[in-house]
Amino acid sequence: MSTAANEAPRSRGKAPAGERVADWADGRLGIYSLAKANMRKIFPDHWSFMLGEVCLYSFIIIILTGVYLTLFFHPSMAEVEYHGSYVPLQGQMMSEAYASTLDISFDVRGGLLIRQIHHWAALVFLAGMFVHMMRVFFTGAFRKPREINWLFGFLLLVLGMFTGFTGYSLPDDLLSGTGIRFMEGAILSVPIVGTYISFFLFGGEFPGHDFVSRFYSVHILLLPGIMLGLLVGHLILVFYHKHTQFAGPGKTNKNVVGMPLLPVYTAKAGGFFFLVFGVISVVSAIATINPIWAIGPYRPDQVSTGAQPDWYMGFSEGLIRVMPGWEINAWGHTLVLGVLIPLIIFPLVLAAIAVYPFIESWVTGDKREHHILDRPRNAPTRTAFGVAWLTVYFVLLIGGGNDLWATHFHLSINAITWFVRVAFFVGPVVAFIATKRICLGLQRRDKDKVLHGRESGIIKRLPHGEFIEVHEPLSQEQLHTLTAHEQYKPAEIGPTVDENGVERKVSGTQKLRAKLSESYYGEESQIPKPTVEEYKEITSGHGHH
Amino acid sequence: MSSQDIPEENLPAAQDRPHGAAARPADETNPFADPGLPPHEPRVQDVDERAAKRSERTVALLFTLSMLATIGFIASFVAIDVDKSVYIFPLGHISALNFALGMTLGVALFAIGAGAVHWARTLMSDEEVADERHPIEASPEVRAKVHADFKQGAKESVIGRRKLIRNTMLGALTLVPLSGVVLLRDLGPLPGTKLRHTLWSKGKLLVNMNTNEPLRPSDVAVGSLTFAMPEGLEEHDEDFQNEIAKAALMIIRLEPDSIKDKRELEWSHEGIVAYSKICTHVGCPISLYEQQTHHALCPCHQSTFDLADGARVIFGPAGHALPQLRIGVNDEGYLEALGDFEEPVGPAFWERG
Amino acid sequence: MKKLSARRRHPLAALVVLLLALACTGGLYAAFAPASKAQADESAQSLAIDEGKKLYAVGCASCHGTGGQGTSDGPSLVGVGAAAVDFQVGTGRMPAQQPGAQVPKKKVIYSQAEIDQLAAYIASLGAGPAIPSEEKYGPEGADIAKGGELFRTNCAQCHNFTGKGGALTHGKFAPSLEGVDPKHIYEAMQTGPQNMPSFPDTTLSEQNKKDIIAYLDAVNGDDTESPGGLSLGGLGPVSEGLFAWVFGLGALIAVAVWVAARTAKAKKS
Repeated sequence: MSTAANEAPRSRGKAPAGERVADWADGRLGIYSLAKANMRKIFPDHWSFMLGEVCLYSFIIIILTGVYLTLFFHPSMAEVEYHGSYVPLQGQMMSEAYASTLDISFDVRGGLLIRQIHHWAALVFLAGMFVHMMRVFFTGAFRKPREINWLFGFLLLVLGMFTGFTGYSLPDDLLSGTGIRFMEGAILSVPIVGTYISFFLFGGEFPGHDFVSRFYSVHILLLPGIMLGLLVGHLILVFYHKHTQFAGPGKTNKNVVGMPLLPVYTAKAGGFFFLVFGVISVVSAIATINPIWAIGPYRPDQVSTGAQPDWYMGFSEGLIRVMPGWEINAWGHTLVLGVLIPLIIFPLVLAAIAVYPFIESWVTGDKREHHILDRPRNAPTRTAFGVAWLTVYFVLLIGGGNDLWATHFHLSINAITWFVRVAFFVGPVVAFIATKRICLGLQRRDKDKVLHGRESGIIKRLPHGEFIEVHEPLSQEQLHTLTAHEQYKPAEIGPTVDENGVERKVSGTQKLRAKLSESYYGEESQIPKPTVEEYKEITSGHGHH
Repeated sequence: MSSQDIPEENLPAAQDRPHGAAARPADETNPFADPGLPPHEPRVQDVDERAAKRSERTVALLFTLSMLATIGFIASFVAIDVDKSVYIFPLGHISALNFALGMTLGVALFAIGAGAVHWARTLMSDEEVADERHPIEASPEVRAKVHADFKQGAKESVIGRRKLIRNTMLGALTLVPLSGVVLLRDLGPLPGTKLRHTLWSKGKLLVNMNTNEPLRPSDVAVGSLTFAMPEGLEEHDEDFQNEIAKAALMIIRLEPDSIKDKRELEWSHEGIVAYSKICTHVGCPISLYEQQTHHALCPCHQSTFDLADGARVIFGPAGHALPQLRIGVNDEGYLEALGDFEEPVGPAFWERG
Repeated sequence: MKKLSARRRHPLAALVVLLLALACTGGLYAAFAPASKAQADESAQSLAIDEGKKLYAVGCASCHGTGGQGTSDGPSLVGVGAAAVDFQVGTGRMPAQQPGAQVPKKKVIYSQAEIDQLAAYIASLGAGPAIPSEEKYGPEGADIAKGGELFRTNCAQCHNFTGKGGALTHGKFAPSLEGVDPKHIYEAMQTGPQNMPSFPDTTLSEQNKKDIIAYLDAVNGDDTESPGGLSLGGLGPVSEGLFAWVFGLGALIAVAVWVAARTAKAKKS
């Protein structure tokens, strides 16, 4: 394919049709200026840079399949008697929403497949966003100028969770209905306004006749609309900032090394869309998801054991399960701490990771742009914080599935709950300390490698009988890659009394910042990287080993 | 925010070299210096035309496979009945149509993707190029110009001088969204005391949900578990769901000696006790009754209640005991309610008190 | 086997048991005795009870007491009925191996004949539910959909939507109902083994029980269809989430690694 933008404009009559269309469009839209900046835009190659694409493509798949599902789904809670083709439910009372979901699954050809693709893609979408966010976090890709894009991504994750939750609730089956019931209980726990919000949301008492149709417009219009906007913004910013890259020969903070959008990334990224869609289709062909027919229609007086939300809500489920049942009754009012506290911690857990970039930039005071990614070991405090956060997250996930852990590992559900209660506080601390140690160990190893070379695995016996392992010196590329990272010095407050003996006021925040900075970059927290002098002394001097 | 008070020397200096630092030649004296981009090495396909041809054939094969799979998709759609079931190891008895459609669609899509990627990896140029980055911040001149323009615009608008305009405008803009909020009022009725009442009232019979017959004391054996609803409630009723969400009842029978709570014993009938089935935590139907321990567990969040001791909470996140319904026997020997629950059933809320 | 058990669970099962016991002692295994109830042989009955009592004295008395009156290690068996014995011993739960939160099901160590003798003995201690006959739990005349509703009201809270089992407090659990003999399900509902509450005929009618068993067979039988593919244990979102992470995202990351990997160079450096 020859690019129109690269060729000199020819006289109109003779130009090929494609070129004439492009010229026409350029006259109206200015596409050539856009294409000039973007058509040969460079993207670096790394598998972890494609995690975001997994999310983008599964989002597109969700929209495509979702539109199809709306053609058959009836978002109504009117009670009907089922007379479709699934025998074990015939004659049962159920909402139209549930009945139409059964029809999609059993009577519409391919309906079941599309339903399963929609739901599997949703799970993959959220898992993808989660891993993508962790990749960005642990490599420090959120640093200036990408803080806003970090927030966009974070909002996409949160909105994705709620879009997933509302969608999961639409079929009005016994499992999702139990989830809605939980939501109602959680809303009721909010002081003063909780009861009112609940009545407004459900159009009266739970379950009422409204929530499916209300969730429907939230699920298919409101939330995806906002997400689409954020997604476009996210992508524009990725283009505008250009992608980050790992340190390596020829890669600097002032360039981006990789292959051009046209043709290589058009093919790779475009192809990847089909790969993602293909994989999710195959998964949907071989594995059931949310078999609502086996679950049954929702009735507020029925329930099943193993009632869990989809995985992305699992950590909130864990919070609510392990919370002790505190309740305060005073002056004719009830403060339901047993539900309210988890309800408050839930956003705080998410916010903790979201605000981290701003805390880090405040501590470093660094206002430069960063386009070279950190290796996680070279930012031990950040990495340790991330692992501590993940520990909390996964401990809560365990709590959210405590009944299944109990049955499958023959444990006591009460013991698991107590384990989670303790681990929620202890786990992150242990993880933080351990991770930091490991990072420092890895830094030391890198330093050894730079100064003494790579362990070759070859054992040599010296004339006097000593055995040594031969170390191969690294190439300059490797030396550069291992020493390219930068190391901050801890910020100091400086002398509080100037030369004239006048005391300078030091605010509390300044002191806090100095303390944090010390814990980030003090002697305990990073191994000074090898200097040229050290290297020269070792390599030029007596034979090294 | 306040990086001004960070002394410059705390920042690593290496980064802020002038433009073109990437292209600087490897520094002889610095072994760690950036050697620059390694020279491009050709792939097999770049030097061997036969290998390139092989790649071309592979890509074409993949695209052809995709076409075949799409034909297979359409054929499956037409040929396979929607309710046909097949046994496929190890998946089990599954829908033939779902499996066929999913696999063919999956192959059709995957093959396109694999073809495109293989094409890109083996036949398109794989030379790595460096693209320069430019600082995102505007130059000081642009910055100054924008600030000046803004100041001029603001000055020309006279908003700074005509405070009355500014203040009334802000007031109007603040108030106008209120209309939107007010419109939301009719989303639902006000709670009133609805959460405090259920369908139960004095004289209502306890109807067994399995048989739809009113219960007699002799029906309920020690160690058994039965669920009941108030007489007159039908599954076809318009507000069945709303009513059963509050009125569902769990009925067990204990040896009167084993009932530890005095009120529980008073409100029971010959050891038969009736508790709300709705968990006081967030409203799951709690009914995992262990007949030997007399504990009832909630399957959602594991709140555990001791039904022999006033249904007090002995584990888990629930904040208060399950409400008990006072029951007795009417003249015909059927179990009946002696009134509504004395406290609201289900999850706690602010006005519960 | 099914045929045999069908007759064995006739209302007058005890008599059959007696005849069987006779046949055993006489070494006549050839045929199952027809239910010739009228000629119930008093001595045969007492013989079965005697045999059962001997078995009981060896296998059960240490926990349940020499006369079935119960001890601190095991509950009283007076009045639990033949159905309870058939369930507990027929699923291998009894005799219990070790104390614990719950006695799990194990390999059955008694023959059906011995179980019937034990049942006859226990039934003689006090009146209780008899072993049900096949028409009580057979599929004829059952309403599967009604059974589903009943199952979700009475059973799913512990045993999961389709009977995959679930957790109770302190290590106890509601077992999976997969592959459990319908007779044993019926007996469990009737007698309430261990911590399971009972669902006597007075509150869960015989027809109700039949419906529930038919529903279970439809959704958790050997031939149950799982239209969408692998049922992932029927455990709901937890196993689905795990599958999405491992096989969904896992596969996609593997693909991404391939997409982003360098193509092999002509000469390896």
